[in-house]
Amino acid sequence: MTSMTRILLAASALALTSAVPALAKTFVYCSEASPEGFDPAPYTAGSTFDASAHPIYNRLVEFKKGTTEIEPGLATSWEVSADGLEYTFKLRQGVKWHSNETFTASRDFNADDVIFSFMRQASADHPWNQYIAGISYEYYNAMEMPSLITEIVKVDDFTVTFKLSRPEAPFLANIAMPFASITSAEYASVLEAAGTREDLNNLPIGTGPFTFVAYQKDAVIRYAKNAEYWGTAPPIDDLVFAITPDAAVRLQKLKAGECHLMPFPAPADLEAIKADPNLKVEEQAGLNVGYLAYNTTMPPFDNANVRKALNMAINKEAIIEAVFQGAGQVAKNPIPPTMWSYNDAIVDDPYDPVAAKAMLEAEGVTDLSMKVWAMPVQRPYMPNARRTAELIQEDFAKVGVTVEIVSYEWGEYLDKSMEAGRDGAVILGWTGDNGDPDNFLSVLLSCASAEPGGANRAFWCNEEFSALVSQAKQTADVAERTRLYEEAQVIFKDQAPWATLDHSTQYVPMSTKVSGFVMSPLGDFTFATVDIAE
Amino acid sequence: MIRFILGKLLYLVPTFIGITIIAFGFVRILPGDPVLLMAGERGISPERHAELSALLGFDRPIWVQYFDFLGRLFQGDLGNSLVTKKPVMTEFLTLFPATVELGLVAILLATLIGVPVGVLAAVKRGSWFDQVSMTAALVGFSMPIFWWGLLLIIFFSGILGWTPVSGRIGLLYYFPDVTGFMLIDSLLSGQKGAFASALWHLILPSVVLATIPLAVIARQTRSAMLEVMGEDYVRTARAKGMSQARVVGVHALRNAMIPVITTIGLQIGVLMAGAILTESIFSWPGIGKWMIDSISRRDYPVVQSGLLLIAGLVMLVNLAVDLTYGLINPRIRHK
Repeated sequence: MTSMTRILLAASALALTSAVPALAKTFVYCSEASPEGFDPAPYTAGSTFDASAHPIYNRLVEFKKGTTEIEPGLATSWEVSADGLEYTFKLRQGVKWHSNETFTASRDFNADDVIFSFMRQASADHPWNQYIAGISYEYYNAMEMPSLITEIVKVDDFTVTFKLSRPEAPFLANIAMPFASITSAEYASVLEAAGTREDLNNLPIGTGPFTFVAYQKDAVIRYAKNAEYWGTAPPIDDLVFAITPDAAVRLQKLKAGECHLMPFPAPADLEAIKADPNLKVEEQAGLNVGYLAYNTTMPPFDNANVRKALNMAINKEAIIEAVFQGAGQVAKNPIPPTMWSYNDAIVDDPYDPVAAKAMLEAEGVTDLSMKVWAMPVQRPYMPNARRTAELIQEDFAKVGVTVEIVSYEWGEYLDKSMEAGRDGAVILGWTGDNGDPDNFLSVLLSCASAEPGGANRAFWCNEEFSALVSQAKQTADVAERTRLYEEAQVIFKDQAPWATLDHSTQYVPMSTKVSGFVMSPLGDFTFATVDIAE
Repeated sequence: MIRFILGKLLYLVPTFIGITIIAFGFVRILPGDPVLLMAGERGISPERHAELSALLGFDRPIWVQYFDFLGRLFQGDLGNSLVTKKPVMTEFLTLFPATVELGLVAILLATLIGVPVGVLAAVKRGSWFDQVSMTAALVGFSMPIFWWGLLLIIFFSGILGWTPVSGRIGLLYYFPDVTGFMLIDSLLSGQKGAFASALWHLILPSVVLATIPLAVIARQTRSAMLEVMGEDYVRTARAKGMSQARVVGVHALRNAMIPVITTIGLQIGVLMAGAILTESIFSWPGIGKWMIDSISRRDYPVVQSGLLLIAGLVMLVNLAVDLTYGLINPRIRHK
């Protein structure tokens, strides 16, 4: 008996107990990590959101499948006041909450749930803020919600108004993120009464396409189709996450038919996967960037011409070939080409070691020695930083620059790379949270982000650039914002605080029986639309 | 005998205190802290860092944290995971049966194969069997576990399709945990084929985990047997005309078993180390994989309490072995 027949049998076995049609369809996803919990608000890992926010919950607004465009979710429509300080949402009516052994909702989703979901993160005095001791809401904080949202007003059961302290164009994109998932206020009060508050995180109740069934720690998560889903109900009956951290083992499971789809294949395995007649691979440009950030406050890197000369010395095509095995593209801008406002008119600095060397000499830079920092971990935007650093070392040697490669433990790397007066250029990158250009340009390159605690590892503070980005953030008109961001990218290229290295490509291998899977530019894995052929 | 036991127990006290210091200190010596790792590329402001550190109790002097840890320990509180926020003890008890099940099957496998191979190699010393088995044992002992596990998966699960790739039981079977031991729970569930599936899933991981202990046990048995076979009483037994089977099986083996039992006991520690890698390859939801994940996230409470539980367990097993040894050999308890 093949594994797939076993799984189909499994489906029918489950069907007997849960009284769904006899030929239930079970979809198995070989996920890469255990979820930290099932309440999306306190966590930051993509694997946690894939297991919680996406199958179980909804947001007021959501990302349209396969895009970073906003579409109605639990809110059917919204209005923004002329000054951009008030967002009024009309809520969807007739949305049913999931139920479990201890909870059956007495009412549909309404404004109280919206207020509960945000206020528990917003206010330290909220009774549910510390429903588990030591819990914190990192995304809510990182997206600057505490200083942005001044009040959330319930106008009536199906209308809420968010009052903001300043106009904020990315606001809708921000609240489409997993941390803003809507949880049930009624479920919270039931748990409160039962004295089992932590079950909000263990036995989640949402409004999403799948209901939570069970989690066996570090092994399996089971979900069932939400037959009462307000949107289009999923074509599959049961969804199973088989937690498989090792990429090579995931691939073996996929080949053996023990799962239907896997994330994050090893780049070296891609050729073999593509050649397998039982598998297919979908690919998409990732919403990310890998870069080398100079310390623009330290000589000689405070000179834009020196930075540009070094950028011209790096053979980026060779990095894409050797490190990404072709699974990526050379970056010329700090934002990826799939993002709106990407300025394609910008011409990248050409790879020209001879000209680069001449430029360095013209600036009086000879016998330069520098450090290049290589991250100790694999990230989606950079599969092997050490190898990349070695290639850069070779390239720089050709223009007379000696490179010493340094590395630290990951936490320390992140910390030390942000220390003022840092010695050397740092390899790092970024994966977008919400598809808004502000999420790259402001977070990584503004003057504010060059302060301690920011993420501007070039310590680059260009007033003109910062003013453009900040103006764009407060402008509602997308065409105008696009123009401002395009202009900002011109300044970035001219000033060259980074060597922009790559945008990596994301691959998703799956069984040929799978249909309807839509890749997300944000790197989410969602299964509400997938189907499997018998 | 009671004095012997008490003496052994007394030894445990300083060992245990030493372990608490090592377990507590170990994860803190590692650079990087959980708050930084949580923030990732985004970075975290010094104020927010201080706020979160205070929330987690890391702002206090290290010795205060240590005595706090010790104080809670004596009240039976091992703390909560920083990541999942669940009590460490609850997580340990959820995952521990999976490790014990795998470990027991592995040690059983290692003993049932290792002892006979060692005996046969000793009896037929110098034969091709001796040479082949002892070379194989040396190879087994030096086997990089991760590579070996992956190799077996690719060959037996990938190419031949005989065994499942990973996990504890087929996804077809779904029943609540009763004992946490899949072999028992699958029988209790009454679902047809569940037990076979659980057993089938155990084969590759237990073979991988058994590899090193098997090699050690086989070699130890062989050398212990060789030593005993040279003793006067064995020669006497032979001279009396006893059969080879009786000489080897009764006179030699029983005496050779004493160091072998000690070795098997010591392998429990080796098994725990092997479990970390084996569980990671086979997606086996046990405490080895749990420790690896927690170390990489700097989940201090899980690492320190997890280490303590594992070390305590190894200590107890060694104590049990010592006591057994004392029971078998009166000379030891009267020393």
